[in-house]
Amino acid sequence: MNDFHDRLTKLVGHQCQAIEMKGGELVLHVALADLVSVLKAVRDDTELAVTQLSDLTAVDFPERPERFDVVYQMLSVNNNMRLRIITRADEGDIVPSVIGLFRSADWAEREVWDMFGIYFSGHPDMRRLLTDYGFEGHPLRKDFPLTGYVEVRYSDTERRVVYEPVHLNQEYRDFDFLSPWEGMQLPQVGDDSDTDEEQAGA
Amino acid sequence: MGEMQIRPLTLNFGPQHPAAHGVLRLVLEMDGEIIERADPHVGLLHRGTEKLIEHKTYLQALPYFDRLDYVSPMNQEHAWALAIEKAVGIEVPKRAQHIRVLYCEIGRILNHLLNLTTFAIDVGAMTPLLWGFEEREKLMEFYERASGARLHAAYFRPGGVHQDLPDGLTDDILAWTETFPDFIGDLETLLTDNRIFKQRTVDIGVMTTEEALDLGMTGPCLRSTGLAWDLRKSQPYDCYDEMDFDIPIGTTGDCYARYLVRVEEMRQSLRIMRQAIETMPDGPVLAENNKVTPPRRADMKHSMEALIHHFKLYTEGFHVPEGESYTAVEAPKGEFGVYLVSDGTNKPYRARLRAPGFFFMAAVDYLSRGHMLADSVAIIGSLDIVFGEIDR
Repeated sequence: MNDFHDRLTKLVGHQCQAIEMKGGELVLHVALADLVSVLKAVRDDTELAVTQLSDLTAVDFPERPERFDVVYQMLSVNNNMRLRIITRADEGDIVPSVIGLFRSADWAEREVWDMFGIYFSGHPDMRRLLTDYGFEGHPLRKDFPLTGYVEVRYSDTERRVVYEPVHLNQEYRDFDFLSPWEGMQLPQVGDDSDTDEEQAGA
Repeated sequence: MGEMQIRPLTLNFGPQHPAAHGVLRLVLEMDGEIIERADPHVGLLHRGTEKLIEHKTYLQALPYFDRLDYVSPMNQEHAWALAIEKAVGIEVPKRAQHIRVLYCEIGRILNHLLNLTTFAIDVGAMTPLLWGFEEREKLMEFYERASGARLHAAYFRPGGVHQDLPDGLTDDILAWTETFPDFIGDLETLLTDNRIFKQRTVDIGVMTTEEALDLGMTGPCLRSTGLAWDLRKSQPYDCYDEMDFDIPIGTTGDCYARYLVRVEEMRQSLRIMRQAIETMPDGPVLAENNKVTPPRRADMKHSMEALIHHFKLYTEGFHVPEGESYTAVEAPKGEFGVYLVSDGTNKPYRARLRAPGFFFMAAVDYLSRGHMLADSVAIIGSLDIVFGEIDR
């Protein structure tokens, strides 16, 4: 494991903003410009042999200047090691596609485009994947409401499926159980952050 | 006469086709009988699980995992429970670990039975399905006796399992593991040397180990190419490291190898189940940490603190420390991973579910190019596709 870490630092350390061990998981923070070269380096190195891109996803932090984390979960079968590469991208930034390096990125990138609206350049077939034909918006962004904007139903009169704005008979009930316990200072499991700030944000 | 350009025929396969294993719309560009390009349109079963989980507490999110790969529900609950346990840092009692391993292996057999038998029906053998579903029913009965539900169990919890097993259940499971090898034998007499079955599967949808890794293959599909990669062995979780079992691998990486690997995996699962029962210790089945796991019902009758804990856990839920982690389990189909980002509150900030079938479906285009139309059915059947997890 240490060999892996050392080799990684030697090979791509200069291209990374940070290499850290978080709870036994190896995390690399990489600038968008260096992403492809780092991925190629760890794949082609015979010692590291990071041959599989297990997963590719994104996380939305709307309050940050660079809104999205694009996350690459990598696996080296030879070393039995996982590696996570995180790069930041803003809305409108174009992330280079890694489909040329790992074919498993194909649908994963399409899904990220669909769900977050992050565009990948160099992808041969950048269509939406999971949402409906003609869907608008990117559902996994934090500013997209859980209920969505449109609903579908079969119209008997028009004899086809029609799209209408969402109409809820009851308002969506988003219970916030964080606030009633104001003033309680007992340390809770896993609650080591500042409670006041959390309640203001919640 | 000049050369004529013939436009490839576009064929719509599904979304309502029994061989599509659910709601798959496969748009095939055909040159006669040969597939030139396969374009799967998925998402017809998209329910927005990842988005819903962001709006639920950690415990409320758990039943969504049953509904992903609904053929082996508990294996996915396992990934979620492990992800939370890792983030919060709680120990799972030994007995709970054994119960979980036992039920994960039941889930594996459930899954392989469904896959092998529907695969057989796709390529023309009807009987395995009729036989297999009888065995599946017995297994679902074990599910029901432990959790109360045949399918959507919601049985695994962060910190253990919801309830202890009822009396006599382990004996019945042990008795079943004695009879099941005969069933596997019968199933194999129908398929393994069956001329028609082999004609339809041997050398169809071939991939090498490198290709399989490149395509994001995991589980039996990867092992069928000859790579002994199993997370239960290489990155063991719960008490898998105490279990003695082998990893079956294939050599050819075709549909037939994937079939063989799954058949042998069922036998290995039986071994694990027997060991899990025989070495199962007594003791609690849920961690005694009432900030995460609910107190016992009996305690709540006379302990005020237990009552408060119960109320707090089922309204606010527990808080998970800020951070991120990737937890993967060897689900029957392959690596099922949860990338959990928590912000320190009682709800996950983001939960990405890495479904093995998602990458299998993406590989259908690559695997079926140059094959005949009927082979695409065999390929889809052998990859083990369930749309609950692909569309999420």
